Amino acid sequence: MNMNIPACFPNQPVVVINGLSRRFKSKLALDGVSLNVERGQVFGLVGANGAGKTTLIKHILGLLQAESGSVRVFGLDPVAEPVAVLSRVGFLSEDRDLPGWMRVDELIRYTRAFHREWDTAYAEQLRQQFQLDPAARIKQLSRGELAKAGLLVALAHRPELLVLDEPSSGLDPVVRREMLEAIVRTVADEGRTVFFSSHLLDEIERVSDRVAMMACGRVVLQGRLDEILESHFRLTLRFPTPPPTPPKLAGALLVTGSGLEWTVLCNGARGELEAAVVKLGARIVDETAASLDEIFLARVGRERSTGETLQLPARSVTSNKPDASR
Amino acid sequence: MQLHISPKDGVPIYRQIVNQVKYLVGSGRLAPGEELPPIRVLAEQLVVNPNTVARAYAELEHAGIVTKRHGSGTYVSDNGSPLKRAEKLKILAQRADALVAEARHLEVEISELLDVVRERYRAMQSKE
Repeated sequence: MNMNIPACFPNQPVVVINGLSRRFKSKLALDGVSLNVERGQVFGLVGANGAGKTTLIKHILGLLQAESGSVRVFGLDPVAEPVAVLSRVGFLSEDRDLPGWMRVDELIRYTRAFHREWDTAYAEQLRQQFQLDPAARIKQLSRGELAKAGLLVALAHRPELLVLDEPSSGLDPVVRREMLEAIVRTVADEGRTVFFSSHLLDEIERVSDRVAMMACGRVVLQGRLDEILESHFRLTLRFPTPPPTPPKLAGALLVTGSGLEWTVLCNGARGELEAAVVKLGARIVDETAASLDEIFLARVGRERSTGETLQLPARSVTSNKPDASR
Repeated sequence: MQLHISPKDGVPIYRQIVNQVKYLVGSGRLAPGEELPPIRVLAEQLVVNPNTVARAYAELEHAGIVTKRHGSGTYVSDNGSPLKRAEKLKILAQRADALVAEARHLEVEISELLDVVRERYRAMQSKE
Protein backbone atom coordinates (compact mmCIF):
# COMPACT_ATOMS: atom_id res chain seq x y z
CA MET A 1 0.00 0.00 0.00
CA ASN A 2 1.32 3.41 -0.91
CA MET A 3 1.43 5.32 2.37
CA ASN A 4 2.17 8.62 0.67
CA ILE A 5 -1.27 8.92 -0.88
CA PRO A 6 -3.89 8.00 1.66
CA ALA A 7 -7.37 7.46 0.26
CA CYS A 8 -8.75 9.83 2.85
CA PHE A 9 -7.41 11.75 5.82
CA PRO A 10 -8.96 10.06 8.84
CA ASN A 11 -7.41 12.49 11.30
CA GLN A 12 -8.16 15.62 9.37
CA PRO A 13 -11.00 17.63 10.92
CA VAL A 14 -14.24 17.42 8.95
CA VAL A 15 -14.86 21.16 9.24
CA VAL A 16 -12.18 23.80 9.65
CA ILE A 17 -13.24 27.41 10.03
CA ASN A 18 -10.61 30.06 10.41
CA GLY A 19 -11.17 33.72 11.26
CA LEU A 20 -14.52 33.83 9.50
CA SER A 21 -16.25 37.21 9.42
CA ARG A 22 -19.39 38.29 7.64
CA ARG A 23 -21.22 41.59 7.49
CA PHE A 24 -24.83 42.14 6.44
CA LYS A 25 -25.06 45.85 5.68
CA SER A 26 -24.07 47.47 8.94
CA LYS A 27 -24.52 44.38 11.09
CA LEU A 28 -21.51 42.21 11.82
CA ALA A 29 -23.13 38.75 11.75
CA LEU A 30 -19.92 36.76 12.22
CA ASP A 31 -16.84 38.21 13.82
CA GLY A 32 -13.62 36.22 13.59
CA VAL A 33 -15.11 32.77 14.15
CA SER A 34 -12.64 29.87 14.27
CA LEU A 35 -13.52 26.28 15.03
CA ASN A 36 -12.70 22.70 14.08
CA VAL A 37 -15.11 19.79 13.99
CA GLU A 38 -13.31 16.47 14.38
CA ARG A 39 -14.46 13.26 12.72
CA GLY A 40 -16.80 11.16 14.83
CA GLN A 41 -17.71 14.06 17.07
CA VAL A 42 -20.98 15.71 17.91
CA PHE A 43 -20.37 19.44 17.84
CA GLY A 44 -23.03 21.56 19.53
CA LEU A 45 -23.39 25.22 18.64
CA VAL A 46 -25.17 27.21 21.32
CA GLY A 47 -26.51 30.71 21.04
CA ALA A 48 -29.55 32.89 21.38
CA ASN A 49 -31.57 33.83 18.31
CA GLY A 50 -29.58 36.24 16.17
CA ALA A 51 -26.22 35.12 17.58
CA GLY A 52 -25.03 34.06 14.11
CA LYS A 53 -25.59 30.30 14.24
CA THR A 54 -27.56 30.00 10.99
CA THR A 55 -25.15 32.33 9.17
CA LEU A 56 -22.28 30.10 10.27
CA ILE A 57 -24.10 26.97 9.09
CA LYS A 58 -24.80 28.58 5.70
CA HIS A 59 -21.06 29.06 5.28
CA ILE A 60 -20.42 25.39 6.04
CA LEU A 61 -22.93 24.43 3.36
CA GLY A 62 -21.44 26.86 0.85
CA LEU A 63 -24.63 28.92 0.70
CA LEU A 64 -22.64 31.98 1.71
CA GLN A 65 -19.13 32.86 0.66
CA ALA A 66 -16.58 33.79 3.30
CA GLU A 67 -16.04 37.56 3.32
CA SER A 68 -12.84 37.15 5.24
CA GLY A 69 -11.35 34.03 6.74
CA SER A 70 -11.81 30.56 5.36
CA VAL A 71 -14.16 27.58 5.51
CA ARG A 72 -13.12 24.04 4.63
CA VAL A 73 -15.33 20.98 4.72
CA PHE A 74 -13.59 17.63 4.10
CA GLY A 75 -10.63 19.84 3.17
CA LEU A 76 -12.63 21.45 0.34
CA ASP A 77 -14.05 24.92 -0.20
CA PRO A 78 -17.83 24.36 -0.16
CA VAL A 79 -18.45 27.39 -2.41
CA ALA A 80 -15.96 26.26 -5.07
CA GLU A 81 -16.87 22.56 -4.91
CA PRO A 82 -20.50 22.35 -3.82
CA VAL A 83 -21.21 18.95 -5.37
CA ALA A 84 -18.20 17.26 -3.83
CA VAL A 85 -19.07 18.68 -0.41
CA LEU A 86 -22.86 18.49 -0.38
CA SER A 87 -22.99 14.90 -1.63
CA ARG A 88 -21.36 13.92 1.67
CA VAL A 89 -23.50 16.21 3.86
CA GLY A 90 -27.02 15.76 5.20
CA PHE A 91 -28.77 18.98 6.17
CA LEU A 92 -31.93 19.86 8.04
CA SER A 93 -32.69 23.57 7.96
CA GLU A 94 -34.51 25.39 10.69
CA ASP A 95 -37.45 26.32 8.47
CA ARG A 96 -37.42 22.81 6.89
CA ASP A 97 -37.90 24.40 3.42
CA LEU A 98 -39.39 21.31 1.74
CA PRO A 99 -41.56 21.58 -1.41
CA GLY A 100 -45.10 21.74 -0.03
CA TRP A 101 -46.80 20.46 -3.17
CA MET A 102 -44.95 17.13 -3.12
CA ARG A 103 -46.13 13.97 -1.42
CA VAL A 104 -43.85 12.22 1.06
CA ASP A 105 -43.00 9.42 -1.41
CA GLU A 106 -42.29 12.02 -4.12
CA LEU A 107 -40.00 13.94 -1.79
CA ILE A 108 -38.08 10.74 -1.09
CA ARG A 109 -37.74 9.88 -4.80
CA TYR A 110 -36.82 13.48 -5.66
CA THR A 111 -34.06 13.66 -3.04
CA ARG A 112 -32.78 10.21 -3.97
CA ALA A 113 -32.02 11.51 -7.48
CA PHE A 114 -29.36 13.83 -6.03
CA HIS A 115 -27.48 11.14 -4.12
CA ARG A 116 -25.56 8.24 -5.55
CA GLU A 117 -25.18 6.82 -2.04
CA TRP A 118 -28.92 6.80 -1.31
CA ASP A 119 -29.98 3.80 0.79
CA THR A 120 -33.51 2.92 -0.28
CA ALA A 121 -34.01 0.31 2.43
CA TYR A 122 -32.82 2.71 5.13
CA ALA A 123 -35.13 5.46 3.81
CA GLU A 124 -38.07 3.07 4.03
CA GLN A 125 -37.05 1.99 7.52
CA LEU A 126 -36.93 5.63 8.64
CA ARG A 127 -40.29 6.37 6.99
CA GLN A 128 -41.91 3.57 8.95
CA GLN A 129 -40.14 4.47 12.17
CA PHE A 130 -41.26 8.11 11.81
CA GLN A 131 -44.77 6.94 10.85
CA LEU A 132 -44.92 9.10 7.74
CA ASP A 133 -47.73 8.38 5.28
CA PRO A 134 -46.16 8.13 1.79
CA ALA A 135 -49.27 9.64 0.18
CA ALA A 136 -49.45 12.67 2.49
CA ARG A 137 -48.76 16.10 1.02
CA ILE A 138 -45.81 17.91 2.57
CA LYS A 139 -47.88 21.06 3.13
CA GLN A 140 -50.40 19.08 5.16
CA LEU A 141 -47.86 17.59 7.55
CA SER A 142 -47.74 18.67 11.18
CA ARG A 143 -44.64 20.46 12.46
CA GLY A 144 -43.31 17.24 13.93
CA GLU A 145 -43.96 15.24 10.76
CA LEU A 146 -42.34 17.95 8.66
CA ALA A 147 -39.24 17.81 10.85
CA LYS A 148 -39.15 14.03 10.56
CA ALA A 149 -39.56 14.16 6.76
CA GLY A 150 -36.69 16.65 6.65
CA LEU A 151 -34.58 14.42 8.83
CA LEU A 152 -35.36 11.38 6.68
CA VAL A 153 -34.11 13.01 3.49
CA ALA A 154 -31.06 14.37 5.37
CA LEU A 155 -30.13 10.91 6.67
CA ALA A 156 -31.00 8.41 3.96
CA HIS A 157 -27.77 8.82 1.98
CA ARG A 158 -25.86 8.10 5.22
CA PRO A 159 -23.92 11.35 5.10
CA GLU A 160 -20.46 11.63 6.61
CA LEU A 161 -21.48 14.95 8.10
CA LEU A 162 -24.97 15.67 9.39
CA VAL A 163 -25.75 19.36 9.86
CA LEU A 164 -28.86 20.27 11.83
CA ASP A 165 -29.96 23.86 12.34
CA GLU A 166 -32.17 24.06 15.45
CA PRO A 167 -33.48 20.52 14.87
CA SER A 168 -35.95 20.60 17.71
CA SER A 169 -37.18 24.15 17.46
CA GLY A 170 -40.93 24.23 17.94
CA LEU A 171 -41.28 20.48 18.43
CA ASP A 172 -42.99 18.53 21.18
CA PRO A 173 -40.86 16.40 23.53
CA VAL A 174 -41.59 13.15 21.71
CA VAL A 175 -40.35 14.38 18.33
CA ARG A 176 -37.48 16.19 20.04
CA ARG A 177 -36.36 12.91 21.50
CA GLU A 178 -36.51 11.29 18.07
CA MET A 179 -34.25 14.06 16.75
CA LEU A 180 -31.73 13.44 19.52
CA GLU A 181 -31.88 9.69 18.96
CA ALA A 182 -31.10 10.29 15.29
CA ILE A 183 -28.03 12.27 16.31
CA VAL A 184 -26.90 9.54 18.70
CA ARG A 185 -27.45 6.83 16.11
CA THR A 186 -25.58 8.81 13.47
CA VAL A 187 -22.38 9.04 15.50
CA ALA A 188 -22.74 5.51 16.80
CA ASP A 189 -22.85 4.46 13.16
CA GLU A 190 -19.25 4.17 11.95
CA GLY A 191 -18.01 7.41 13.39
CA ARG A 192 -20.07 9.84 11.39
CA THR A 193 -19.96 13.47 12.40
CA VAL A 194 -22.76 15.76 13.56
CA PHE A 195 -22.81 19.54 13.72
CA PHE A 196 -25.96 20.95 15.25
CA SER A 197 -27.18 24.23 16.63
CA SER A 198 -29.65 24.70 19.41
CA HIS A 199 -30.73 27.15 22.02
CA LEU A 200 -31.82 24.25 24.25
CA LEU A 201 -28.85 23.69 26.49
CA ASP A 202 -29.98 20.44 28.03
CA GLU A 203 -30.08 18.85 24.61
CA ILE A 204 -26.65 20.23 23.72
CA GLU A 205 -25.40 18.88 27.05
CA ARG A 206 -26.86 15.43 26.43
CA VAL A 207 -25.28 14.66 23.10
CA SER A 208 -22.31 16.95 22.41
CA ASP A 209 -18.62 16.11 22.63
CA ARG A 210 -17.62 19.66 21.97
CA VAL A 211 -19.52 22.91 22.20
CA ALA A 212 -19.10 26.47 21.03
CA MET A 213 -21.12 29.27 22.56
CA MET A 214 -21.94 32.16 20.29
CA ALA A 215 -23.12 35.66 21.10
CA CYS A 216 -23.26 38.64 18.76
CA GLY A 217 -21.39 36.81 15.99
CA ARG A 218 -18.51 35.70 18.15
CA VAL A 219 -17.55 32.45 19.77
CA VAL A 220 -17.36 33.40 23.46
CA LEU A 221 -16.40 29.95 24.74
CA GLN A 222 -15.52 26.68 23.08
CA GLY A 223 -14.08 23.40 24.20
CA ARG A 224 -14.77 19.85 25.20
CA LEU A 225 -18.10 19.77 27.00
CA ASP A 226 -16.84 17.79 29.99
CA GLU A 227 -13.87 20.11 30.41
CA ILE A 228 -16.10 23.16 30.32
CA LEU A 229 -18.37 21.64 32.97
CA GLU A 230 -15.50 20.58 35.19
CA SER A 231 -13.69 23.91 35.04
CA HIS A 232 -16.72 25.98 36.05
CA PHE A 233 -18.25 25.84 39.51
CA ARG A 234 -20.33 27.88 41.90
CA LEU A 235 -19.08 28.96 45.28
CA THR A 236 -21.36 30.40 47.92
CA LEU A 237 -19.50 32.78 50.19
CA ARG A 238 -20.57 33.96 53.60
CA PHE A 239 -19.33 37.26 54.98
CA PRO A 240 -19.26 38.22 58.68
CA THR A 241 -20.81 41.58 57.75
CA PRO A 242 -22.60 42.53 54.52
CA PRO A 243 -20.03 43.79 51.99
CA PRO A 244 -20.83 47.33 50.75
CA THR A 245 -20.41 46.31 47.09
CA PRO A 246 -20.71 42.88 45.41
CA PRO A 247 -17.50 40.97 46.16
CA LYS A 248 -14.87 41.04 43.44
CA LEU A 249 -13.06 37.79 42.81
CA ALA A 250 -10.57 36.95 40.07
CA GLY A 251 -12.04 34.22 37.87
CA ALA A 252 -15.60 35.21 38.72
CA LEU A 253 -17.96 35.28 35.76
CA LEU A 254 -21.10 36.20 37.61
CA VAL A 255 -21.79 37.33 41.15
CA THR A 256 -25.27 37.15 42.62
CA GLY A 257 -26.62 37.54 46.10
CA SER A 258 -27.22 40.07 48.81
CA GLY A 259 -26.50 40.62 52.48
CA LEU A 260 -24.16 38.05 54.00
CA GLU A 261 -24.29 35.37 51.31
CA TRP A 262 -23.12 35.70 47.74
CA THR A 263 -22.83 33.09 45.02
CA VAL A 264 -20.01 33.36 42.54
CA LEU A 265 -19.87 31.43 39.28
CA CYS A 266 -16.17 30.85 38.71
CA ASN A 267 -13.77 29.54 36.17
CA GLY A 268 -10.33 29.20 37.57
CA ALA A 269 -7.86 27.45 39.76
CA ARG A 270 -9.48 26.21 42.93
CA GLY A 271 -6.53 27.04 45.20
CA GLU A 272 -6.18 30.63 44.05
CA LEU A 273 -9.88 31.21 44.52
CA GLU A 274 -9.81 29.85 48.05
CA ALA A 275 -6.96 32.18 48.93
CA ALA A 276 -8.81 35.12 47.39
CA VAL A 277 -11.92 34.28 49.42
CA VAL A 278 -9.93 34.26 52.64
CA LYS A 279 -8.43 37.61 51.66
CA LEU A 280 -11.95 39.03 51.30
CA GLY A 281 -12.64 37.90 54.86
CA ALA A 282 -15.30 35.43 53.76
CA ARG A 283 -15.63 31.67 53.94
CA ILE A 284 -16.95 29.16 51.42
CA VAL A 285 -20.16 27.61 52.71
CA ASP A 286 -21.20 25.73 49.60
CA GLU A 287 -19.72 24.51 46.36
CA THR A 288 -21.79 23.13 43.53
CA ALA A 289 -21.33 22.21 39.90
CA ALA A 290 -22.45 24.81 37.39
CA SER A 291 -24.81 23.67 34.65
CA LEU A 292 -24.17 24.55 31.02
CA ASP A 293 -27.21 26.81 31.26
CA GLU A 294 -25.64 28.88 33.98
CA ILE A 295 -22.25 28.95 32.29
CA PHE A 296 -23.87 30.12 29.08
CA LEU A 297 -25.85 32.87 30.78
CA ALA A 298 -22.79 34.05 32.66
CA ARG A 299 -20.67 34.11 29.51
CA VAL A 300 -23.27 35.65 27.26
CA GLY A 301 -24.40 38.09 29.94
CA ARG A 302 -20.89 39.40 30.26
CA GLU A 303 -20.54 39.56 26.47
CA ARG A 304 -23.60 41.78 26.28
CA SER A 305 -22.55 43.99 29.15
CA THR A 306 -18.87 44.29 28.30
CA GLY A 307 -19.17 44.39 24.51
CA GLU A 308 -15.81 45.36 23.11
CA THR A 309 -13.73 44.16 26.05
CA LEU A 310 -14.31 40.52 25.25
CA GLN A 311 -10.83 39.96 23.89
CA LEU A 312 -9.44 40.37 27.37
CA PRO A 313 -8.96 37.02 29.04
CA ALA A 314 -12.33 37.71 30.63
CA ARG A 315 -11.21 37.17 34.17
CA SER A 316 -11.18 40.44 36.00
CA VAL A 317 -14.61 41.82 35.12
CA THR A 318 -17.49 41.15 37.45
CA SER A 319 -21.08 41.65 36.53
CA ASN A 320 -23.83 41.74 39.06
CA LYS A 321 -27.17 40.85 37.60
CA PRO A 322 -29.40 38.97 40.02
CA ASP A 323 -31.95 38.26 37.29
CA ALA A 324 -29.36 36.60 35.07
CA SER A 325 -28.70 33.69 37.39
CA ARG A 326 -31.36 31.54 35.70
CA MET B 1 -29.25 -1.66 34.43
CA GLN B 2 -31.26 1.46 35.02
CA LEU B 3 -29.38 4.73 34.96
CA HIS B 4 -30.82 8.18 35.20
CA ILE B 5 -29.06 11.05 33.47
CA SER B 6 -29.85 14.59 34.39
CA PRO B 7 -28.10 17.15 32.20
CA LYS B 8 -29.24 20.02 34.39
CA ASP B 9 -27.07 19.44 37.43
CA GLY B 10 -23.75 20.36 35.87
CA VAL B 11 -22.01 17.02 36.48
CA PRO B 12 -20.58 15.74 33.17
CA ILE B 13 -22.66 12.86 31.84
CA TYR B 14 -19.74 10.42 31.67
CA ARG B 15 -19.20 11.05 35.38
CA GLN B 16 -22.88 10.51 36.15
CA ILE B 17 -22.66 7.14 34.41
CA VAL B 18 -19.45 6.21 36.26
CA ASN B 19 -20.90 7.20 39.63
CA GLN B 20 -24.16 5.37 39.10
CA VAL B 21 -22.52 2.16 37.89
CA LYS B 22 -20.16 2.28 40.87
CA TYR B 23 -23.14 2.74 43.11
CA LEU B 24 -25.02 -0.16 41.52
CA VAL B 25 -21.97 -2.41 41.86
CA GLY B 26 -21.29 -1.25 45.41
CA SER B 27 -24.87 -1.86 46.47
CA GLY B 28 -24.97 -5.28 44.78
CA ARG B 29 -27.62 -4.37 42.24
CA LEU B 30 -25.06 -5.18 39.57
CA ALA B 31 -23.63 -8.57 40.37
CA PRO B 32 -20.08 -9.70 39.61
CA GLY B 33 -19.95 -11.22 36.14
CA GLU B 34 -23.08 -9.38 35.00
CA GLU B 35 -22.83 -7.88 31.54
CA LEU B 36 -23.23 -4.15 30.99
CA PRO B 37 -25.19 -3.06 27.90
CA PRO B 38 -23.05 -2.46 24.79
CA ILE B 39 -21.96 1.17 24.38
CA ARG B 40 -24.26 1.80 21.47
CA VAL B 41 -27.28 0.31 23.19
CA LEU B 42 -26.78 2.32 26.38
CA ALA B 43 -26.17 5.49 24.35
CA GLU B 44 -29.45 5.08 22.52
CA GLN B 45 -31.30 4.14 25.70
CA LEU B 46 -30.07 7.20 27.60
CA VAL B 47 -30.06 9.41 24.47
CA VAL B 48 -26.48 10.45 25.09
CA ASN B 49 -23.40 10.53 22.91
CA PRO B 50 -21.83 7.06 22.45
CA ASN B 51 -18.39 8.63 22.90
CA THR B 52 -19.53 9.65 26.39
CA VAL B 53 -20.58 6.10 27.26
CA ALA B 54 -17.27 4.80 25.88
CA ARG B 55 -15.39 7.23 28.11
CA ALA B 56 -17.40 6.16 31.16
CA TYR B 57 -16.75 2.48 30.44
CA ALA B 58 -13.04 3.15 29.97
CA GLU B 59 -12.93 4.91 33.32
CA LEU B 60 -14.82 2.09 35.03
CA GLU B 61 -12.42 -0.40 33.51
CA HIS B 62 -9.45 1.63 34.67
CA ALA B 63 -10.89 1.67 38.19
CA GLY B 64 -11.25 -2.12 38.09
CA ILE B 65 -15.05 -2.00 38.42
CA VAL B 66 -15.65 -3.64 35.06
CA THR B 67 -13.62 -5.84 32.74
CA LYS B 68 -13.71 -5.93 28.96
CA ARG B 69 -13.63 -9.42 27.54
CA HIS B 70 -12.00 -9.67 24.16
CA GLY B 71 -14.52 -8.75 21.53
CA SER B 72 -17.54 -9.77 23.54
CA GLY B 73 -18.54 -7.11 26.01
CA THR B 74 -18.13 -5.36 29.31
CA TYR B 75 -18.73 -7.25 32.55
CA VAL B 76 -18.78 -6.37 36.23
CA SER B 77 -15.47 -7.49 37.71
CA ASP B 78 -15.37 -10.61 39.86
CA ASN B 79 -16.24 -10.59 43.50
CA GLY B 80 -12.61 -10.75 44.56
CA SER B 81 -12.04 -7.18 43.43
CA PRO B 82 -10.26 -5.41 46.30
CA LEU B 83 -11.92 -2.21 45.17
CA LYS B 84 -15.36 -3.33 46.11
CA ARG B 85 -15.23 -2.44 49.76
CA ALA B 86 -13.22 0.68 49.06
CA GLU B 87 -15.86 1.74 46.56
CA LYS B 88 -18.63 1.18 49.07
CA LEU B 89 -16.84 3.31 51.61
CA LYS B 90 -16.19 5.98 49.00
CA ILE B 91 -19.88 6.20 48.23
CA LEU B 92 -20.66 6.52 51.92
CA ALA B 93 -17.94 9.11 52.37
CA GLN B 94 -19.68 11.34 49.83
CA ARG B 95 -22.96 11.01 51.72
CA ALA B 96 -21.18 11.60 55.01
CA ASP B 97 -19.60 14.79 53.69
CA ALA B 98 -23.02 16.20 52.93
CA LEU B 99 -24.32 15.18 56.35
CA VAL B 100 -21.35 16.64 58.22
CA ALA B 101 -21.58 19.88 56.24
CA GLU B 102 -25.27 20.15 57.08
CA ALA B 103 -24.59 19.48 60.75
CA ARG B 104 -21.95 22.20 60.83
CA HIS B 105 -24.37 24.55 59.17
CA LEU B 106 -26.96 23.82 61.83
CA GLU B 107 -24.28 23.99 64.54
CA VAL B 108 -24.82 20.42 65.64
CA GLU B 109 -21.81 18.77 67.30
CA ILE B 110 -20.29 15.66 65.74
CA SER B 111 -21.08 13.58 68.85
CA GLU B 112 -24.73 14.58 68.60
CA LEU B 113 -24.72 13.76 64.90
CA LEU B 114 -23.31 10.28 65.61
CA ASP B 115 -26.04 9.79 68.21
CA VAL B 116 -28.62 10.63 65.56
CA VAL B 117 -27.05 8.13 63.14
CA ARG B 118 -27.10 5.36 65.79
CA GLU B 119 -30.63 6.23 66.77
CA ARG B 120 -31.82 6.05 63.13
CA TYR B 121 -30.00 2.74 62.68
CA ARG B 122 -31.82 1.27 65.69
CA ALA B 123 -35.15 2.63 64.45
CA MET B 124 -34.59 1.02 61.06
CA GLN B 125 -33.56 -2.31 62.62
CA SER B 126 -36.66 -2.47 64.78
CA LYS B 127 -38.85 -2.06 61.67
CA GLU B 128 -37.21 -4.93 59.79
